[in-house]
Amino acid sequence: MNRKMKLMTASLAVIAFAGIAFAQDALTPVAAHEAREAHMKLYAAQMGVLGGMAQAKTPYDAAAAQAAADTLVTLTMVDQSTWWPVGSDSDSVPDSRVLPIAWQSMDDMIVKATALGAAATAMQGAAGVDLASLQAAMGPLGGACGSCHELYRKPE
Amino acid sequence: MVKVTTGLALVIVLGAGGAWVLSAPASPLPDSAIAGLTADVARGATVFAVAGCASCHAAPDAAYSLTPVLAGGEAFASDFGTFIAPNISPDPVQGIGAWTDSQIIGAIQHGVTPEGRHLYPAFPYAAYNKAELQDLVDLVAFWRTLPASDSPSQPHQVGFPFSIRRAVGMWKLLFESSAFVVQGDLTPDQMRGRYLVEALGHCAECHTPRNVLGGLSRGQWLSGAPNPSGTGRIPNITPGGLSWSEGEIAEYLKSGFTPDFDTAGGAMAEVVKNTGQLADADRAAIAAYLKIVPAIVSAPVIP
Repeated sequence: MNRKMKLMTASLAVIAFAGIAFAQDALTPVAAHEAREAHMKLYAAQMGVLGGMAQAKTPYDAAAAQAAADTLVTLTMVDQSTWWPVGSDSDSVPDSRVLPIAWQSMDDMIVKATALGAAATAMQGAAGVDLASLQAAMGPLGGACGSCHELYRKPE
Repeated sequence: MVKVTTGLALVIVLGAGGAWVLSAPASPLPDSAIAGLTADVARGATVFAVAGCASCHAAPDAAYSLTPVLAGGEAFASDFGTFIAPNISPDPVQGIGAWTDSQIIGAIQHGVTPEGRHLYPAFPYAAYNKAELQDLVDLVAFWRTLPASDSPSQPHQVGFPFSIRRAVGMWKLLFESSAFVVQGDLTPDQMRGRYLVEALGHCAECHTPRNVLGGLSRGQWLSGAPNPSGTGRIPNITPGGLSWSEGEIAEYLKSGFTPDFDTAGGAMAEVVKNTGQLADADRAAIAAYLKIVPAIVSAPVIP
């Protein structure tokens, strides 16, 4: 990825998260939780297409892989600034699994969101090339998802 | 009255004496136990990964590494106090670099220091006691190649009565077993999986509920438990709680992806980085073993 792309991805991730601390029009905690959960399911749906091919459960299809990767990149750019109101953590909203510590670590959340954007963009460049390229991009993408889940998500 | 008092005193003295004898630390492993074994450093790296040593003993803010600095410092809160992982790097002064191989293996298997002091069972020696000596010899040889740290170990924050180390001897008597939990006619794959899960991987330390004294409830093996390091629950991974196929379990242990393309999180994220170092056959063996663990369906009742 060239420098311009990197900058663009980084700034988009910052836009997606930047309003968190001061958003005046934040969603209610329950609505925020539901938005985040739905967004995660949309990620998983794209990951399922890519991962199914990477794990040879479904045949490699360059066009379908490219479409999933494109969608994934779009998802990383969605504005989330109203989705993270204080009081929407796992102690406050039933079924929320975002640990309260996430709100003390928003800078790190933004770093990790930026890394996810970069990994998704790398997948966008790889998914339509061939199966080996897709497979190589899968690990860093899973790592980017996992880096947030490791620190900020409650177990079951 | 004098007789009663004397009798009571005698009982207390005998009881205390008995407890003192029973709680004595095991003698250290003799050098001769490992004399015939030749270490394989590369194999030791795999043993080190699956045993998860760095998950507790690396510094709290350290990034994942295959050659970590085992400086310690991570705090583990429990009902008995907060345990601080010690420096177990090869530093001869602040770490344990001055210990002999057999002294280290004795500590790993029996939770006892070269000076004959009990170690707290936050260190999962009750699982490692089932490890093969060859694996431990390989592990120690690899460990000696790791970087040293001169950070001093921090004292545990454990109050009375758990601060009495000798009491750990009684805990060992009650809860340390060298027998595997899953018994019966196992295939070689299932046996390998049992070894990786019950001995080296010490999976039950988080996935099995504990009784009031902190011993694992072996009758509720791997059926899930409160998260030892925070809120939430560690999931039930018996066939009663985990419906994934063997292939899906093996894939999760390799890439961290669940069948619906969620990823491993919490402490399991690092575990998966470790199981990712294993051979495919070993991950398949773990999956084969998990399928023969007695299924527990309902939420376990913690005694």
